Amino acid sequence: MSLVSLESASAASAGISSSLTQLRSLAAWASGAPANIFAPQATPAHTIFGLSLLVIAIVTAIFLAVGGLLLYALIRFRSRPGDDAAEPRQIYGSNQVEVLWTVIPVLILVVLFLATIRVISETERARKPANALDVIVLGHQFWWEYRYPKQGFVTANELHIPVSDPKAPRPTYLTMSSVDVDHSFWVPRLAGKMDLIPNKTNVMWLDPQTSGLYLGQCAQYCGMEHAKMLIRVYVDTPEQFAAWVEAQQQPAVNDPRVAAGKEIFLHTACVNCHTVRGTSAHGVFGPDLTHLASRDTIASGVVKNTPANLRQWIEDPDSLKMGSLMPKMNLSPHDLDQITAYMESLR
Amino acid sequence: MSTQAVALKASTEEWRLPDKGKVGIACLIVAESAIFIIFVLAYVFYMGKSLSGPTPAQVLSVPIVGTICLLSSSLTVHFAVVSLEKNRIALSNAWLALTILLGGIFLGGTAIEWRKLIVDDGLTIRTNLFGTTYYSLVGLHASHVVVGLILLISVLLFGLAGKLDQSHARRLDVLSYYWHFVDAVWVVVFTVVYILGR
Amino acid sequence: MNSTGTAVLASAQPPRKLWLDHVQEWLTTVDHKRIGLMYIGYALIFLVVAGVEALLMRIQLSAPDNHFLSPEVFNCMFTMHGTTMVFFVGMPILFGFGNYLVPLMIGARDMAFPRLNAFSFWISAFGGLLLYFSFLGGSGLYGAGSAPDVGWFAYAPLTAKLFSPGHSTDYWTLSILLSGIGSVGTALNLIVTIFTMRCKGMTMTRLPLLCWLYVVTSWLTFLALGPLTAAQIMLCLDRFAGSHFFDVQAGGSAVLWMHFFWIFGHPEVYILVLPAFAFANEIIPVFSRKPIFGYPAMVAASVLIGFISLGVWAHHMFTVGLGPEGNAFFTLATMIVSVPTGIKIFNWLATIWGGKIRFATPMLFSIGFLFQFLIAGLTGIMLSVAPFDWQLGNSYFVVAHFHYVLVGAILYMIFAAFYYWYPKMFGRMLSEKLGKWHFWLFTFGFHLTFDTMHIPGLLGMPRRVFTYPADRGWAMLNQIETVGGFIQAIALLLFVWNMIQSYRTGKEAGPDPWDAWTLEWATSSPPPHYNFAVDPVVHSRRPLWDRKHPESPDTHYE
Ligand code: HEA
Ligand code: HEA
Ligand code: HEC
Ligand code: CUA
Ligand SMILES: [Cu+2]
Repeated sequence: MSLVSLESASAASAGISSSLTQLRSLAAWASGAPANIFAPQATPAHTIFGLSLLVIAIVTAIFLAVGGLLLYALIRFRSRPGDDAAEPRQIYGSNQVEVLWTVIPVLILVVLFLATIRVISETERARKPANALDVIVLGHQFWWEYRYPKQGFVTANELHIPVSDPKAPRPTYLTMSSVDVDHSFWVPRLAGKMDLIPNKTNVMWLDPQTSGLYLGQCAQYCGMEHAKMLIRVYVDTPEQFAAWVEAQQQPAVNDPRVAAGKEIFLHTACVNCHTVRGTSAHGVFGPDLTHLASRDTIASGVVKNTPANLRQWIEDPDSLKMGSLMPKMNLSPHDLDQITAYMESLR
Repeated sequence: MSTQAVALKASTEEWRLPDKGKVGIACLIVAESAIFIIFVLAYVFYMGKSLSGPTPAQVLSVPIVGTICLLSSSLTVHFAVVSLEKNRIALSNAWLALTILLGGIFLGGTAIEWRKLIVDDGLTIRTNLFGTTYYSLVGLHASHVVVGLILLISVLLFGLAGKLDQSHARRLDVLSYYWHFVDAVWVVVFTVVYILGR
Repeated sequence: MNSTGTAVLASAQPPRKLWLDHVQEWLTTVDHKRIGLMYIGYALIFLVVAGVEALLMRIQLSAPDNHFLSPEVFNCMFTMHGTTMVFFVGMPILFGFGNYLVPLMIGARDMAFPRLNAFSFWISAFGGLLLYFSFLGGSGLYGAGSAPDVGWFAYAPLTAKLFSPGHSTDYWTLSILLSGIGSVGTALNLIVTIFTMRCKGMTMTRLPLLCWLYVVTSWLTFLALGPLTAAQIMLCLDRFAGSHFFDVQAGGSAVLWMHFFWIFGHPEVYILVLPAFAFANEIIPVFSRKPIFGYPAMVAASVLIGFISLGVWAHHMFTVGLGPEGNAFFTLATMIVSVPTGIKIFNWLATIWGGKIRFATPMLFSIGFLFQFLIAGLTGIMLSVAPFDWQLGNSYFVVAHFHYVLVGAILYMIFAAFYYWYPKMFGRMLSEKLGKWHFWLFTFGFHLTFDTMHIPGLLGMPRRVFTYPADRGWAMLNQIETVGGFIQAIALLLFVWNMIQSYRTGKEAGPDPWDAWTLEWATSSPPPHYNFAVDPVVHSRRPLWDRKHPESPDTHYE
């Protein structure tokens, strides 16, 4: 019995994967919804998508069957104006039908369950190839820290990973934890979510097959600015990725034109929380700023990284992201301009 | 589910229902057990996970005397109930007093143990995970002993005032179930804290 | 009033009671019917409060990057909304109906422990007031926070002093602790009443199904509220005494709280839904004019649901990293619940089948319940598939799933129960015309809001976000949901109006307006203080059917 349903389950999912391609046209719709779970672009999201179609098909069938019977009964057995006053025939039960509607759901569940454990083990027990890229993801209230241990640098808020060609896969393994409260890493088009929990490490992997930008956000309530803990994953071609790593490995640019700004920065409390590699700023409470200017956005994707936004951020973080853990520093307009210029130079 | 007829005999039958007090105390025991289970789980989960000392092996000694007293008090309270059922008030009072004494010794033992832990070993609820789980689990049990003692003492006072008779045996019985429950919990706590946890 | 008239009447009637006498009477009452009504009234007030909180959230979410509520206020709103709805609407209203109906249905004169009953009510009521007092007192000496803002399951370590200074979280945990004590008290009372106070002839196999379901609910209450109480005590110790249960800095575990909370939290949702099933078990047969189909199977299914639901809690934690074995186990356990639940659905269907259905308002709401619970259960099955949940978890799809159950099933059955038993409680019928308006308007609003709500979840919208960027394609859908929320509010206003208006001008109900079969319809409406002038004796599950149809009494068929 279980063998048969295993086969039929895999047959069903096989059939579904073939029709996946057509359903990919859903992805066209997804351009208006960049975090659509039905427009998968990496294997984990993809397998889930296949399974979800099976599940949806089954529950829809159950709904139509049971709902249809219900509707039929309501119409057929409604009392009509001309009815006599007699009560309908009193029926107290029947063991046969009782058994019937116990057994049928059990059979359906066997199919569902077998299909489920297959996907669970495909995703959670996947063997890690030797060439996999390792990234450590640390959740902070309310931003993301990304460490590339083998490459030897730290960055924040914008994750860069290489595209993984199905013929020569190069997945990225994310090892995740949190420094404060629970968070959850969710980029719907790449994979399901995984929580970041203090005192616990979780692992997930991504193997995006198309380069581009993928959006997501923190999916575990983590405090005031949970809504603005956005995720940006840049899937680069191998060449782009190599170049990016190369650039990130450099210490911070030292541009004499902004020396004044650098001086102010290094003598302000900024250094307690931020690191700029190659300077005396070694704080770890806030994001690493070594290559801040190479990022498209600031404050975990909340605003574009423009000089005006950056200045506003440094002047009063709450005006862009109320409740962020970076304090207002009460800098003079002059100092602000200088620091902003310095930040702008950190390519 | 069938269409077989059943004889219409309910009205002539004698109608007996379970005792309110017993069903009530059984429910209370189920609910309280659920609370204790969670505390025990927390204790077991954090066994050996403290980041700093002192550890149970360093500071805990097995409270033999207290345990013997508490467990035997289950017997004495039972005798108190039996005596009351036979309307032997004075005897029942004596058994009650003995029960209270044994419970008191147990609590005293706990108090001495805690004093030693806090003053000599510097272990408080804030010290580490062991302190946290130890004081909360043992403390939760001790607070139940205190509640039980208060109830038993009030029964004893009624007894000494001559306001107790056979008709109260059912209620004392219900109270004795609570006391047995507190004892049973101690067996679990004792096993987990003083045997497995050391 | 005319003064001579009063003088004449004075001799015939007892002296008119002062307003204060009435208050005193209600405050000190130990009568199960009054306590039941107080529970219900109290829950209705909180329903409006928590509903208004929901509307405020809906306004904020109706447009992207909106500034109607600040993030602080929004976070308080969903915490208060969820906590209030679960602990101070759902629980009290169900215990209220239980209190009112159970003694009547088993032919008893009161609950087993009337004073414990009053105590349970007042301590729960105090819990609710304490929760709302946090709006004033939550800032505490630290000047941080106001109402609790940690979400209704308050994951550690967000609740630690470090991340939640001030007293807002203290109010949350204490109020839940209190309401939990009240719930256990009432549950205990219900079980003891049902086991020990049944009238002559009412064996457990003749017990109305409603009472059976209250037994299971109460049983679950013991086993679920115990862990909750334990966890809240631990949290209190952490916050007040400096212990380290959930303190990750000292090696404590954040996941432990999740387990403890959901060991409570999952059975809790069944505690809430079983009484709704209970109402359906009484109402659907009466309006189909047939006995419930498969009584023993219904009892067995309820007991099974009660047991299985104790072992499925970690389906709320599929994204926590349980490992493949854990995920597979909890997927299976969760799916199995659908078997006994399915039995219930099918038995209701079979009860309707071959009947003569009267579409009175209670039945309309029950039909809404059947369809909506079916859908909600099926979305639950989608969530129980662990990998699918990795995508759906903590998204608006989950929010849609549980509102479909909590509103579409539970609230609908509560409405049905009101239309069905209001005549018993107050002696007057609720207006059928307003009732039908209420039903159709609410149903329209409900589907507008909660059908739509599934989609943003599929498009990646997480829950508990006070706002969202414009470029995600969620704006339009959220706007529709908001409109639906307001339509529900209008329908609810109609309902409130109906209850007030009918209290004064409703049609006289008489003892048995629905031509029903259980014992509560054998006494007058409203029932006298002592419920039954003569202790009833029953010979079957439908004592009034036997009386009305002596030619073929149920006694022959059980
Ligand atoms: C009364 C409330 C209630 C009820 C009855 C249910 C019923 C079910 N729920 Fe739901 N649930 C909630 C309230 C409820 N839930 C709440 C409040 C939350 C969120 C809490 C929070 O995070 O804030 C939640 C969250 C929740 C999750 C976690 C999602 C997440 O956070 O990631 C899951 C996952 O498995 C789940 C599953 C189920 C299942 C399988 C059922 C089943 O019991 C449903 C069974 C019914 C049927 C299946 C339909 C009838 C059956 C048939 C017609 C038979 C044939 C069917 C089959 C063979 C499939 N629920
Ligand atoms: C029984 C439980 C229950 C009920 C009935 C409801 C009912 C509703 N809920 Fe609730 N909800 C929860 C339980 C419930 N909810 C829980 C447990 C959560 C999770 C919380 C958390 O994440 O921590 C939640 C979360 C939740 C969210 C998600 C918040 C977030 O994640 O950010 C939203 C968003 O739309 C929402 C909306 C609604 C709406 C529109 C209704 C409507 O159906 C409400 C209808 C009622 C009314 C509208 C009141 C009627 C008002 C009047 C009669 C007076 C009118 C007066 C004026 C207009 C001044 N709810
Ligand atoms: C108390 C700690 C603290 C101090 C002091 C501090 N910051 Fe920050 N900073 C943070 C935190 C935390 C964040 C992340 C905020 C968020 O996204 O929620 C941040 C974010 C930033 C960012 C955006 C980084 C990114 O990748 O998005 C910039 C730029 C920045 N800080 C600059 C400064 C400057 C300049 C100063 C000094 C004038 C300063 N910070 C002082 C804690 C601090
Ligand atoms: Cu981080 Cu939500
Ligand atoms: Cu659940």
